[in-house]
Amino acid sequence: MKITGAKALIESMIYEGVDTIFGYPGGAIMPTFDALYDYDKKVNHILTRHEQGATHAAQGYARVSGKVGVCLVTSGPAATNAITGIADAMLDSTPMVVITGQVGAPLLGTDAFQEIDVVGISTPITKWAYQIRKAEDIAWAVARAFYIARSGRPGPVVLDITKNAQFQEIEFEYKPCTFIRSYIPIPEVDKSQVQLAAELINAAQKPYALVGQGVVLSNSENELKEFLQKADIPAAWTLLGASAMDSDFELNKGFLGMHGNVAPNIKTNECDVLIAIGMRFDDRVTGDLNHYAKQAKIIHLDIDPAEINKNVKVDAPVLGTIKETLPALTALINPAKHTGWINSFKEHDDLEYEKIIAREVFPASGELTMGEVINKISEATHHNAVVVTDVGQNQMMAARYFKYSQTRSLVTSGGLGTMGFGIPAAMGAKVGAPERTVCMFAGDGGFQMTIQELGTIMQEQIGVKMIILNNHFLGMVRQWQEMFFEERYSFTKMKNPDFVAIAKAYNINGKAVKERSGLDEAIADMLKDDKPYLLVVDVEMKGMVYPMIPTGAAVDHILLGE
Amino acid sequence: MEKKLYTITVFSENTVGLLGQITIIFTRRALNIETLSVSPSALEGIHKFTITLFTTQDVVEKVVKQIDKRIDILKSYYNTDEDLVHQEIALYKVATEKLLKLGSIENWIRDHNTRILEMNEDFVVFQKAGHYAETQRFFVELSESVGVLQFIRSGRVAITKSKVERLSDMLEAIKKYEK
Repeated sequence: MKITGAKALIESMIYEGVDTIFGYPGGAIMPTFDALYDYDKKVNHILTRHEQGATHAAQGYARVSGKVGVCLVTSGPAATNAITGIADAMLDSTPMVVITGQVGAPLLGTDAFQEIDVVGISTPITKWAYQIRKAEDIAWAVARAFYIARSGRPGPVVLDITKNAQFQEIEFEYKPCTFIRSYIPIPEVDKSQVQLAAELINAAQKPYALVGQGVVLSNSENELKEFLQKADIPAAWTLLGASAMDSDFELNKGFLGMHGNVAPNIKTNECDVLIAIGMRFDDRVTGDLNHYAKQAKIIHLDIDPAEINKNVKVDAPVLGTIKETLPALTALINPAKHTGWINSFKEHDDLEYEKIIAREVFPASGELTMGEVINKISEATHHNAVVVTDVGQNQMMAARYFKYSQTRSLVTSGGLGTMGFGIPAAMGAKVGAPERTVCMFAGDGGFQMTIQELGTIMQEQIGVKMIILNNHFLGMVRQWQEMFFEERYSFTKMKNPDFVAIAKAYNINGKAVKERSGLDEAIADMLKDDKPYLLVVDVEMKGMVYPMIPTGAAVDHILLGE
Repeated sequence: MEKKLYTITVFSENTVGLLGQITIIFTRRALNIETLSVSPSALEGIHKFTITLFTTQDVVEKVVKQIDKRIDILKSYYNTDEDLVHQEIALYKVATEKLLKLGSIENWIRDHNTRILEMNEDFVVFQKAGHYAETQRFFVELSESVGVLQFIRSGRVAITKSKVERLSDMLEAIKKYEK
């Protein structure tokens, strides 16, 4: 029996296990939306308020569930609106398939209405971008798209489908893609490299592991734990590696990078063997590469050959999925104890507590602080919530002070640093993990970048708990202006609307808190049920995120503030 | 680090947009492509790109890995001149009248091992194959004596001296992944 290309597109996605789509209809994708109308039992389509929202929602969904996030939008401006989310997914290795409508094939290249070169625009920011011009290519292209998006190092794929291909009728037959001859998603493990890495670890007095998102993407949290425990290796995590280890795991030494913890950064330049596990030595983690772990032998476990020796020259590169390489390494390392080395972290932890954490998280008086709000909400959710952040001070504070008791618990825009990520990503996270509490922290700036998604939350009754840490500034930029631009606060002060009233207009309950005395009660009110909620907390206007490694400084030149 | 001329060889599927996927990797790093040549390879359906650029080994290594990472790229690697037998071809158009005034051109033809592809009362077209320096030397000689009306040089084509045939090895190795 012949079916339309539009129907073939949806059937193909169902074969790939798709049951949730974030989208927005429009001219060139209308045939597919028309077909979707008959699939309401099988596919939950969530209408966002902007295509950027659809992409971030798909990211949030993918990050918590491990499934491929799917977006369905039209051509032209819809596709360009989706670009930010696609780029974000590329930098953060998030599996996502974005389907964009396109003008009919005969109109291609003519500057037709809402025609734009989507493949051309998206090629640099996708794992694969492909234009489908005839219906018979749909099943093949969708199969390939999902295979590419979820295999190896995951990432976004764009399928640009012309309108005529959606109308055309074809005999439909679906065959999943399991092999592309020009693409090896998981490199074979080179046993000699594993052996070399094991020898380095066995000879180490001060081994130290850096944990990245590769552990989470390959579902290797348990393998990581076994590895670290066997040789008693302290470990720290990158922003996207957060929650790969539980916060109370005894070898979890904290957060790396520009606003990470003191000890994890300083110890990078004291260890004798550095074991990077599924992380990519981002500049926000390494600071000055000329003064980064120069004393250490470096082992790098990663799935992507292009990451090896990209930023840091490696002594033992171990290519492959962490799921295979880490157990192979665990098998070859000797049980060990590094008590003295591990205890040496403590003096830095104590210093950080005294200089920074005590004031930020447990202030006895003065204005409310970002850190205390985050800590209280982490406690109120028994450290078991998914935390989603926007970008800036709220993000760094959440990464520092929220605690995790299960994996896939921090959803944040790491590589691209996209303000406006928070609200839509939180929606997607809640849809992807409906049984979990989802708390989203944003600043007053980022919240207003995608504030329109409150409409989606209202319509779909998505029970996200939104917290605005309101300092009436673009806080992180203001912090830099204070530190590096002589307090010239160029366009960072914000006059804000009544956020609670806006939420109210969307039929979302909310509360504004200005005093410490009202905070606990407001948090309890927010968490009393599973409905969406907006909590606006006025925090100190000139709060600072410390510690800080200024751009270009070495990881052991970490500033503690006042 | 020392900059020198590297030759990147890329084997790809013959799909739309591949050249664009490769060139944006150069654009991102603000690298100039010195020469580029694209043609079907010995294997049906597989295209071969030969690209030269001046850069450091550190950069060329990263560029090659990033090219290799693109889905439709089968294999990408780089070499320096010592590893290669390489060649370029150049065409030179000169005015017949000026050429005739020189008297004999026999020595030129012998010295530069050049051929004449076309000749009429208006112009003569020489062809010369060789390394860049060789085609350039002939260009300079012609320019200084009779002037050159048009000149074109192809991108480099190259064959590795190594015993390892990396594309064949790769295609062989990947067979085990095919279920």
